[in-house]
Amino acid sequence: MSMNKRSKRKLLVIMVVMGVALATVLGLTAFEENMMYFYSPTEVNNGTAPDTRTIRVGGLVVEGTVERATESLLVKFDLTDGAEVVKLEYSGILPDLFREGQGIVAMGKLNDKRVFVANEVLAKHDENYMPPEVADALEAAEQEK
Amino acid sequence: MIPEIGLFALIIAFGIAIVQGVVPLVGAARNDATMISLARPAAWAQLLFVSIAYAALTHAFVVHDFSVLYVSRHSNLVQPLMYRISGVWGSHEGSMLLWALILSIWTTAVAIYSRGLPAALMARVLAVMGLISVGFYAFMLWTSNPFERIFPAPADGNALNPLLQDPGLAFHPPMLYMGYVGFSVAFAFAVAALLGGKLDATWARWSRPWTTVAWSFLTFGIALGSWWAYNELGWGGWWFWDPVENASFMPWLVGTALIHSLASTEKRGVFKSWTVLLAILAFSMSLLGTFIVRSGVLVSVHAFATDPSRGVFILIFLCIVIGSSLALYAWRSGSVVSTGRFTWFSRETALLLNNVILLTATTAVFVGTMYPLVVDALGIGKISVGRPYFDTMFALVSMPLILLLGIGPAMRWKSDNSQRIIKSLAIIFAASLSVGIMLPFVIDGVFNIATGLGLAGALWIAITTLQSLYHRIKTSSRLPLSFLGMILAHLGMAMFVAGVTMVMTYHQEKDVRLEPGATYELSGYEFKFIGVKNVDGPNYTAQEGHLEVRDQGEKIADLYPQKRAYSGMGSPMPMTEASVDTNMVRDLYAAMGEQLGDTAWSLRLYYKPMISWIWLGCLFMTVGGVLAVSDRRYRQKRS
Repeated sequence: MSMNKRSKRKLLVIMVVMGVALATVLGLTAFEENMMYFYSPTEVNNGTAPDTRTIRVGGLVVEGTVERATESLLVKFDLTDGAEVVKLEYSGILPDLFREGQGIVAMGKLNDKRVFVANEVLAKHDENYMPPEVADALEAAEQEK
Repeated sequence: MIPEIGLFALIIAFGIAIVQGVVPLVGAARNDATMISLARPAAWAQLLFVSIAYAALTHAFVVHDFSVLYVSRHSNLVQPLMYRISGVWGSHEGSMLLWALILSIWTTAVAIYSRGLPAALMARVLAVMGLISVGFYAFMLWTSNPFERIFPAPADGNALNPLLQDPGLAFHPPMLYMGYVGFSVAFAFAVAALLGGKLDATWARWSRPWTTVAWSFLTFGIALGSWWAYNELGWGGWWFWDPVENASFMPWLVGTALIHSLASTEKRGVFKSWTVLLAILAFSMSLLGTFIVRSGVLVSVHAFATDPSRGVFILIFLCIVIGSSLALYAWRSGSVVSTGRFTWFSRETALLLNNVILLTATTAVFVGTMYPLVVDALGIGKISVGRPYFDTMFALVSMPLILLLGIGPAMRWKSDNSQRIIKSLAIIFAASLSVGIMLPFVIDGVFNIATGLGLAGALWIAITTLQSLYHRIKTSSRLPLSFLGMILAHLGMAMFVAGVTMVMTYHQEKDVRLEPGATYELSGYEFKFIGVKNVDGPNYTAQEGHLEVRDQGEKIADLYPQKRAYSGMGSPMPMTEASVDTNMVRDLYAAMGEQLGDTAWSLRLYYKPMISWIWLGCLFMTVGGVLAVSDRRYRQKRS
């Protein structure tokens, strides 16, 4: 009886360890799949950025490039880090603080024409605020010059 | 003059906190009654002075004293009184002051309600809390002085971030802080017990109600934040796995593990050192949350411009607190012996598994939140972790947790018979599983296993919980409030699971372009866009849309979403104000996008089935926690 109990307890411990191990494996897989790297427009244009994965791209919205379709929600604009420009498309409603000259971060994929198709556009809710990645990207582009 | 009084009061509070943190500790070590007796009056004095400081800052907001830099940045002449008062904690400096005030309130509450405690233990608890206060005062005085003057004073101030001008958000930070800081009590008890070398079940009994209260505040605070984000951000979501949300969720998960582990320690004398470790961990998570939110290392809606010295300060503080308490734990916990014995099939085991699962969940959130920060800090790259990671992880850990939630409360302490449990739960299990799996088919004619499992889980929790209530009523004449609290909290969990499952499967979100007079059908509801007119608020102007919603031709709701522009020093700040028609079955939600062409607008239209169950579930958990601490046995023990 006591042997039985001990083996049951052992079984429980083994099950817990296996459960946690399984959760870790699945977790790491999900983590790997959903990890998104950030790239600057320079990195997109020089080919550093992958064109198969979902990535994040950030920069300033170039003044005078925002084009809105009148019959749909499609918006096109250019994004720059001061050195390079990436064309971006987004279909949907932009955040309140989206405007020309503003720093934004977009999430999406590059299509075969090297246009970045965003499925989410983020602008920070403080007009003096610059997303840190964008600030770094601008600075890096500045130093390259 | 008054801001200087505030600053002066803050400095005095800092001094008192040092005394409160050092003298009683030395006294307890030397068994010096005079030094020990200093703890309580010090706690009171600290509360007095930090309150004066807090009142001084509030006064500066109310009377528009723009010579105070913080006020001039976060308030202006047209800001309504309510948002001038809540503006105090609207940004960094003031929210740190609020944190210190709340910590002092908790400290004083311990001083009042724990009169039955042995004097030395009490002195140590108050001293540990005093030391935490010291850290926060030093942080404010050296890096974030809320009373800093600006010369010359501007004629008008900037505005409070319009996001924060909402009643839901006004109360979100104080509730959250009550929770965060409340875990400092359990932490202080744990450290005091380790210092004194006496870790018995009494320790658990003393810290349990405090932990439950803190947990209730935290639950409520998080729910309030989620509800606010849903109504205010105009994205229609209720949880975004934003790092700041995660920062509040990690202490919640550990806190939940802690209240369950405390139950085992108090009732059965088991898991003593584990519980102590959890108490340390829960507060460490609160501090980590503060670090994440306040250091400016984050990319998030909540992250405002900050200066790096603050991050460094908090990081060092974090290392000191967590490092020293863990070192103390490693040194002292070896002597702790758990007295209770239990077999593998018992409620103790169930509660242990609960802890394992909750900590696995915490680890998942921790990795997803901290990994990007570490990678960035090391300069390897800039990454972020997408929502699907967190969703997958939680779907994964919630299944065993839900299963356990039905079994655990039905089990007896110490040892139970597996046959008995299987006999009493098998029918419920089979019934909730089959009904749950069938439900998606009933709803829309399509089988959906994941949804079915979610709904089955909700039913399983609800029915087993009600069964244990029924069983208790049948077998016992007394129905203690603590038991009712547990029942209510678990029912809240069932509602939460049901709500989340329904929203995730059946929600409909659509960004559409509509001309006035045009309609759009979403999930059987017809949204008709009537038009837009201008509306003026106290400190904003708005374009207000009007939509009529019809169900089978019958009008059931009018929605008036707004696009506001808040006035401030610079250009007006835009802000979306969604309009929601809520009932228990579904929410109909509309938010304004932007004007397209002459008359057309882009609009977000959402259909969210049973989303209110999510927050209602959290409310049940909160009330459950409050009921549990109202139990007679705590009141008797404390007075």
